[in-house]
Amino acid sequence: MSEFSEDSLDGGAVIRPEPSKNPDAFLQVRGLRVHFPTDDGVVKSVDDLSFSVARGKTLGIVGESGSGKSVTSLSVMGLHKAGTAKITGEILLDGQNLVGMDAEKVRALRGKRMAMIFQDPLSAMHPFYTVGNQIIEAYRVHNKVTKAVARKHAIDMLDKVGIPNPKGRVDDYPHQFSGGMRQRAMIAMALSCDPELLIADEPTTALDVTVQAQILDLIRDLQQEFNSAVIIITHDLGVVAELADDIMVMYAGRAVEYSTAEDIFNSPQHPYTWGLLGSMPRLDRDRTERLLPIPGTPPSLINVPDGCPFNPRCAYANLNGDLSMTVRPEFRDIGGDHHIACHLSAEDRVRIWDTEIRPKL
Amino acid sequence: MSIENGDAVSAQTETEPTESKRTGEALLTVEGLTKHFPIRKGLLQRQVGAVQAVDGLNFDVQKGETLSLVGESGCGKTTTGRLLTRLLEPTAGKIVFDGKDISHLSVGKMRPLRRDIQMIFQDPYSSLNPRHTVGTIVGAPFKLQNVKTEHGTKRAVQDLLALVGLSPEHYNRYPHEFSGGQRQRIGIARTLALRPKLIVADEPVSALDVSIQAQVVNLLEDLQNEFDLTYVMIAHDLSVVRHVSDRVAVMYLGKIMEIADRTALYERPMHPYTVALLSAVPIPDTSRRGNRERIRLQGDVPSPVNPPSGCRFRTRCWKAQEICKVEEPPLAELAPGHRAACHFPENTDKLTIDPTGAAHS
Repeated sequence: MSEFSEDSLDGGAVIRPEPSKNPDAFLQVRGLRVHFPTDDGVVKSVDDLSFSVARGKTLGIVGESGSGKSVTSLSVMGLHKAGTAKITGEILLDGQNLVGMDAEKVRALRGKRMAMIFQDPLSAMHPFYTVGNQIIEAYRVHNKVTKAVARKHAIDMLDKVGIPNPKGRVDDYPHQFSGGMRQRAMIAMALSCDPELLIADEPTTALDVTVQAQILDLIRDLQQEFNSAVIIITHDLGVVAELADDIMVMYAGRAVEYSTAEDIFNSPQHPYTWGLLGSMPRLDRDRTERLLPIPGTPPSLINVPDGCPFNPRCAYANLNGDLSMTVRPEFRDIGGDHHIACHLSAEDRVRIWDTEIRPKL
Repeated sequence: MSIENGDAVSAQTETEPTESKRTGEALLTVEGLTKHFPIRKGLLQRQVGAVQAVDGLNFDVQKGETLSLVGESGCGKTTTGRLLTRLLEPTAGKIVFDGKDISHLSVGKMRPLRRDIQMIFQDPYSSLNPRHTVGTIVGAPFKLQNVKTEHGTKRAVQDLLALVGLSPEHYNRYPHEFSGGQRQRIGIARTLALRPKLIVADEPVSALDVSIQAQVVNLLEDLQNEFDLTYVMIAHDLSVVRHVSDRVAVMYLGKIMEIADRTALYERPMHPYTVALLSAVPIPDTSRRGNRERIRLQGDVPSPVNPPSGCRFRTRCWKAQEICKVEEPPLAELAPGHRAACHFPENTDKLTIDPTGAAHS
């Protein structure tokens, strides 16, 4: 594990192995497909997705609603209802394949080795049990300890995530907590067994900006303390810029760009990533007169467009004849561990980014 | 493609929206606006307290400008919006619209004015009746106000749909057939039907994906330029607010903490709360990670049932002193057009600062 992190600290000097094939990563996902058969057709929520996350590293997954971010994370956690989703490919957690694993075995891993923070803390916590009880239960499932020990642990965890007066608040019910405190309590619950993999699905979307800043700091601090692998799923590029080492941009169930956070923000290569950056008003730049939205809407996942799924919304889809409309672009390494799925030539990408996109951001 | 093109109306209106939009002619004036929701208890339903949702607001909105109300959840911004549209009855204070006092008009007296004051709602899913067609929804204002249009209501509705970037063929469809961005456009079409003078938009884009959000923001700007609309925008996303507003009012616990021109507020925020809010916005720039000084506000917003004495922000303010506990700071004009309610304002001497970075020393 440690070799990987040293390599990445060297920056560009050492060429890292392809992200999806890094053998040391704690979580490796290879060729993951999650399909839901429905009466209208097969919904291809995730279609051939590969990525990996090492211990101590943070991967940000970015995309619009319906791009497959949450479906991916639920598959990793083994939370899809058996029978509704057809999952193929490999999800290797520390070498063990979770796809097709017995549900009871996945259950033993969940909470202990991997944990998840959900978007809406009010619906993710049981309103009938105290916050403390819910943390204690999670802890005792995986550790043979007495209730008193577990309770002390729960108080420690609440203290760690910054709940004031944890001794008094441990017996409160979720409705007695504010939104930010509930999110902290859920983080405490997720971290109660020191999971090695933490998946945060839109952890701050429901929160105010001041509370969001507190929660992001908290996730960062706790990751350093536990050296966990973290996946943060969001549609807010500002949030991933704060936390992520690597970023994967998803569109229509596929990865369209994958690189270090620096590359994604400073030299993005995929037109969809350009679109995301152009859509977003930014406080750190002069105010632009107009935002540059991506026209149209994301495609139906039942009838994904032929060729590149982004082609109906892409301003550059016609630069290669009808290639983008007919041939699905391969997700390939374009050097420096930067992966994209786009038919544009390297010259075109550099030219468009330098002359058309960057000046307008 | 063309149906979602938010730039459809934009071509002819590339005029620069500057801060000189203030015409000096106030369309809406608010004085001492207050809304207390009573808390009743016991058999006799005696009033035992009040949620002081909005407490003594003073501001005006001039013709053709956009004023944004920002603040954390629970600060009273939505209540203010509902008071302005008279969906709520104010407890005290005065609302003057277009020279007419509308603070306590009856439902019947208010009805003709509803043509001039309209609202855009946050949630495009719950604000459209699922059992009505788009034609019925957008045509409802004509029917309710008994307005006869030159070529009939159907034609007028189809023109409105085209105006907001939808296709006239959508007339007979139902809301569930549309995506979130398109539904928000339907809501905007309904709002525009009777050519209102003032539009109160309550979080019009916060339920939308970032690429769609940019389309709707551009659409709102185009419509404002075309029809000389006046907006009161209620939002919590400070980046979007900077993009759309001419003036911004920052609210905290039912009071305005600071109100100023966009540029002044973002570049020289005076109230510590504004400074803290701005410093908490995540910036999509990886090079700023770590070297950005962030002001961490401790704790949560206090309860509006028992707001703190003196300055309401003092319990979370790092500059608070004894006087803040005793004396409530007035909303004073500290620079031309820039009012802040603080005993120890920031940026009173400096002319320029980094709007996103370390705004205090």
